[in-house]
Amino acid sequence: MPSESSEAAQEIIECRDVHKWFGSFHVLRGVNLTIRKGEVVVICGPSGSGKSTFIRTINRLEEHQKGTIVVDGIELTHDLRNIHAVQREIGMVFQQFNLFPHLKVIDNVTLAPIWVRRWSKDRALKTAEELLKRVGIPEQAQKYPGQLSGGQQQRLAIARALAMQPKIMLFDEPTSALDPEMIKEVLDVMVELARSGITMIVVTHEMGFAKQVADRIYFFDDGNIVEHNTPEEFFRNPREERTKKFLSQILTH
Amino acid sequence: MGDQTEVLMPPRVEVGVLGWLKKNLFSPWYNALLTVVSVGFVVFVGRVILLWVFRSARWEVVTTNLKVFMIGRYPAAEAWRVLVSLGVVVLLAGLTWAFRKAKDSPIRRWLVLAWIVSFPVIGILLRGFGEDNPFLPKVSAEVWSGLLLTLVLAIVGIVASFPLGVLLALGRRSRLPVVKVLCTIYIEAIRGVPLISVLFMSQLMLPLFLPPQIRLATVMRALTGITLFSAAYTAENIRGGLAAVPIGQYEAAQAVGLNKALMMILVILPQALRNVIPAIVGQFISLFKDTTLVVIVGLLELLGIAKAVTGQRQFIGLHQEVYFFVAVLFFICCYLMSHGSRRLEKALGVGER
Amino acid sequence: MGTSGSETSKVPFWRDIRVLRVLAQIVFLMVVVAGILWAISNYRQRGLIFSYSFLDEEASFDMAEGIEFSPTDSYARAFLVGVINTIRVAAIGIVLATLLGLITGISRLSRNWLVSKIATVYIEIIRNTPLLVQLFFLYFAVIMKLPKLSEAVVMPGPAYLSNRGIVVPWPRLAEAFNLWWPFLVAAVAAAVALIVIRRRSQERIGRPSIRGFWVFACLILIPLAGWLIVPGDPLRLDIPELVRKSGGVLKVEGGVSFSSEFTALLVGLVIYTGAYIAEVVRAGIQSVVKGQTEAARAQGFTSGQITRLIVLPQALRVIIPPLISQYLNLTKNSSLAIAIGFLDLYAVSQTMLNQSGRVVEVFFMIMGSYLAISLTISLIMNIVNKRMQIVER
Repeated sequence: MPSESSEAAQEIIECRDVHKWFGSFHVLRGVNLTIRKGEVVVICGPSGSGKSTFIRTINRLEEHQKGTIVVDGIELTHDLRNIHAVQREIGMVFQQFNLFPHLKVIDNVTLAPIWVRRWSKDRALKTAEELLKRVGIPEQAQKYPGQLSGGQQQRLAIARALAMQPKIMLFDEPTSALDPEMIKEVLDVMVELARSGITMIVVTHEMGFAKQVADRIYFFDDGNIVEHNTPEEFFRNPREERTKKFLSQILTH
Repeated sequence: MGDQTEVLMPPRVEVGVLGWLKKNLFSPWYNALLTVVSVGFVVFVGRVILLWVFRSARWEVVTTNLKVFMIGRYPAAEAWRVLVSLGVVVLLAGLTWAFRKAKDSPIRRWLVLAWIVSFPVIGILLRGFGEDNPFLPKVSAEVWSGLLLTLVLAIVGIVASFPLGVLLALGRRSRLPVVKVLCTIYIEAIRGVPLISVLFMSQLMLPLFLPPQIRLATVMRALTGITLFSAAYTAENIRGGLAAVPIGQYEAAQAVGLNKALMMILVILPQALRNVIPAIVGQFISLFKDTTLVVIVGLLELLGIAKAVTGQRQFIGLHQEVYFFVAVLFFICCYLMSHGSRRLEKALGVGER
Repeated sequence: MGTSGSETSKVPFWRDIRVLRVLAQIVFLMVVVAGILWAISNYRQRGLIFSYSFLDEEASFDMAEGIEFSPTDSYARAFLVGVINTIRVAAIGIVLATLLGLITGISRLSRNWLVSKIATVYIEIIRNTPLLVQLFFLYFAVIMKLPKLSEAVVMPGPAYLSNRGIVVPWPRLAEAFNLWWPFLVAAVAAAVALIVIRRRSQERIGRPSIRGFWVFACLILIPLAGWLIVPGDPLRLDIPELVRKSGGVLKVEGGVSFSSEFTALLVGLVIYTGAYIAEVVRAGIQSVVKGQTEAARAQGFTSGQITRLIVLPQALRVIIPPLISQYLNLTKNSSLAIAIGFLDLYAVSQTMLNQSGRVVEVFFMIMGSYLAISLTISLIMNIVNKRMQIVER
């Protein structure tokens, strides 16, 4: 877990006063957030709190209407070049996997590197094979996503995102759609990823994972961050009422 | 109990042929009445038809004109070119079917290339060069008629309308209001009017809006009309396919860095088109039947030639035989195509995924 | 809605996503407009003009079909006659095709194997053969082969079938009608009143308090009573008869006649569209989950009640949208009239165009008419459709 290393770790994501409306519904209400390079951040909160919408504004799957978002020194504006640059540097793993069903497992991983980073087919294949090994499904390379189990599919999704060698990985409730017996295999991959030093933002309810590898936990409610802390402090001494209420609801088992 | 249990058979009347007859034809009393009436109806109609087909119909009009039905006024001496073209198509189709399971083989890429190349090749083969060319004398498209013309119109029509249909479908779903409105207007306007009026437009109106120097052959004008018409319907089919692609695919493609164009080509369209292949085949079958309408603008495809045949001096007025034959031909072709389409649907449904 | 950046540099417009969106549309529009202008300039180059003044000129052709028309009438009136002919054939065709389709669709699902097979054969033959081939066959090979008027086939009525068409008896208004029509109005009023009472009671107590039978009874008994009461006959049957005119020409007088072209077109359209409607009906009925009928039967509903109260409403919901499609197809297909000589709006337009040379103007008239008719049918059916929709969660 990267802590204060030799130099001050630089900020890689900076969000200031971010607002977003869906029609007249104010879903993000002035979010302020700073994430340093290599940090592993967990965002939790009740459904409808806007946490998914928030991480989607970071890679421009949703457009924020007010405030600034700076990713790795690039500000997210209406500038097409900026948007594409940011999207190349961020990898995302979805709750519903969203794998490309018409492509083989290996092709799912090589698609973006070949067409976006313009790698040669050999280089892309080599990287893809390594990644499949890293997430634990090297033998599935020639199959189609539909033939894999849920846990394997999500691990493939992680490999696909990693293929672009992103600086930041976003996870939108990666285990919520999985059967319980498959959650562990995906979390294991995510833990290994966290320990490898990549910057991660994970929206999840899996508090065990948070305790294990998170540097900070953010509690999101009603369109904004209510409180944030290190995992130990967060679970031991929640400050706000809402946080206490939320924790009591999800920690009953 | 004894070890010899008596097996009771169901009553004679309930099983076997008798049982089937009873259940399906006679069980409630009104069914029996219906059966009797239906049998009478079938016998009456069947007798009339069979008597006509085998006794009073004069089939010479069909047998002597068989070549005319097939290739119309295409010169008989050059008929071998039509046969060769047909052979090429059959060969390619056979190869495609044989290799349908081999997903990775390089053969598939060659096959696609072969299909694409076959179009201009067959076109040149059928049309030929100048009048004095010894091998392939010119047979202008004006002269192509009969079933040959039907096939040319249908196949070229569906192939040409496809890219236009894709563009229209994408345009109709665009978030840019101007594009969306214009595409919608086109699609709805075309779908609201009969094909005959679109043919009329391309036949008579289109030439008026082109520069005075350009003159389009009649076949080209008809093809334009057919293409413009079919594109609107194809667009609606493809739009349905696009709507069936989950929004998560768009998000995943964007998240992994693909721009709009790449996203469409590599991720969205392949999935959308796979969904609509059965509908596209259905569209082709409809188009195949609709080619008969070019009769009204003066082109002699199969039906037109048939009508001309009834004007032949020795066969005047033999409408029944001629149109019956044409109907049977169309029926066989369309039924086989529908059948193939249903099997295709099954294969796609069970396929990979 | 722009991002309020603190020290943002100006986004160059050629990379600004909002600008690009607007720009793309402007370019697209300009291309389309440019194309249209180019086309119009070609048109002008050929020395052609665009004007609808020709509509007032004399048509100088006659029309044997439709309402009153003479060659000295204007083109505009000729077009009107054509439109009316199209509407005639389409309206009657839609009604008959729906009937045929309903019967055939239900037959297809019959438990009687023979009936089901006959329906299937009919549907398959019709759907796999082009409409134009069927029309040609009907017109040239059937209707035209009917005997001459002098040897016309006489059907009970009497109705005369010949190669000139069909003539059937038709009721016409007679003297006593003035005294009788109040009974008609009263019958309709009574029926409507009963329907309203039924509906109200249905809402209050769950079933109509008056049997539906009485609604029909009103519609039939009241006018019947009126007929008996009023002196004379309000309606008289106009019976066609063959009359030999001066010069030896045989004509039919009386009744109402349908030309052979109209008959061929109508029968062809009805048979063709009926097959497609049959499939729509079949799909609709089959879409009602089997469990529903079983559950209903278990509850003790009779077969008739099951069909009326459970199957039909749900099936109709599925049937109506594709049914609209078929009605529109029938209307559009009526344009094939030109192939067999029936003077519908398309055929009339062609003649107008040949004579006046005004291609573009006539084309717009054709398109406009068909679009208007299509829109009307769609609108009416959409209202019906909305009322049928089941309210879902």
